[in-house]
Amino acid sequence: MAFKTDYARVHGLGSAHEGVGHWWQQRLSSIALLPLTFLFLFPFARALGQGHEAVLALYGNWWHALVAVVFLIVGFNHLMSGLQVVIEDYVPTKPARTTLLVLNTIMNWALGAAGVFAVAKIAFSA
Amino acid sequence: MVQLTLPKNSKIRTGKTWPKPEGATNLRTFRIYRWNPDDGENPRVDTYFVDMDTCGPMILDALIKIKNEIDPTLVFRRSCREGICGSCAMNIDGINTLACIYGMEDVKGDVRIYPLPHMPVIKDLVPDLTHFYAQHASIMPWLETKTNSPAKEWRQSIEDRSKLDGLYECVMCACCSTSCPSYWWNGDRYLGPAALLHAYRWIIDSRDEATGERLDQLHDPFKLYRCHTIMNCAKTCPKGLNPAKAISEIKKMMVERVL
Repeated sequence: MAFKTDYARVHGLGSAHEGVGHWWQQRLSSIALLPLTFLFLFPFARALGQGHEAVLALYGNWWHALVAVVFLIVGFNHLMSGLQVVIEDYVPTKPARTTLLVLNTIMNWALGAAGVFAVAKIAFSA
Repeated sequence: MVQLTLPKNSKIRTGKTWPKPEGATNLRTFRIYRWNPDDGENPRVDTYFVDMDTCGPMILDALIKIKNEIDPTLVFRRSCREGICGSCAMNIDGINTLACIYGMEDVKGDVRIYPLPHMPVIKDLVPDLTHFYAQHASIMPWLETKTNSPAKEWRQSIEDRSKLDGLYECVMCACCSTSCPSYWWNGDRYLGPAALLHAYRWIIDSRDEATGERLDQLHDPFKLYRCHTIMNCAKTCPKGLNPAKAISEIKKMMVERVL
């Protein structure tokens, strides 16, 4: 046990001077995802089960391709910041917390980039 | 990861059942958490029977009666007995509240009394609030000014004074902070609803000249942004205040600074 006063413990390393950007961006992405989810999911659900050609035709259309790309970028961004909060809340120990935060960033960037690349490939080859 | 079960030496056992008072007909059962740091035993829940015909109407009346007439070793904090000192904060019937202003008739069945949740226990119903008080001190709970003090007083309009209503009434009983899951998980770094309500009380005080510095100090993912608007704080506050609203006002001011 270190002989540290409670006041020193509370101050810790001081304020990180960040958090407002994350918080504000999470609110904005939630609002953006309300219309985006519907715009993405309805055409996507219609194409489900209709075979390869139908999907190529769907994302060959510039509007649907654009909606899909924006949905993927905003969606994975929102997922990443949301999971970040969950990890910070529930993983108290430092090495595990840092590892999971890094994995969270890598996973969401990788999945988002793969999704955007897939849609772009269809759109540009149509 | 989060610990979901109590450690072995913290598991609560069934304690002693104290004898019923002789001749009493109107009895109420109290099940009270007991823990003594000196005996090396696990915490236990003792059962007491209180004669309601000779007891006051509040939970604190029963606790004092138990201490005076049944078991003098029962330890709890109390002082003003009118909800202004915040000493007798405890968990009664699953709700963090002040024993002195919580009526016996508001509890159905047996009265279960525990210390405030998730705080180190000093003894029985007395939690260690040292860290909680240090968090309060860290938000500079005083008027901070740069301008020389005026000859008479720092003036404030009636309108500006009314902005402090719903904030200044906080008695720092810790009911809100200890009801907050975010405070349970990250109480070492998250300031908690009580300290943040006080922070906001000084941020919006028209006489204060350190608004920016106060916001700078709170601008932190843990100090402030662990609040996820769970609202337990507002639900449990024995004074009817709304710390969650104060915290969202701080968050709004943070955004205002960058837009």
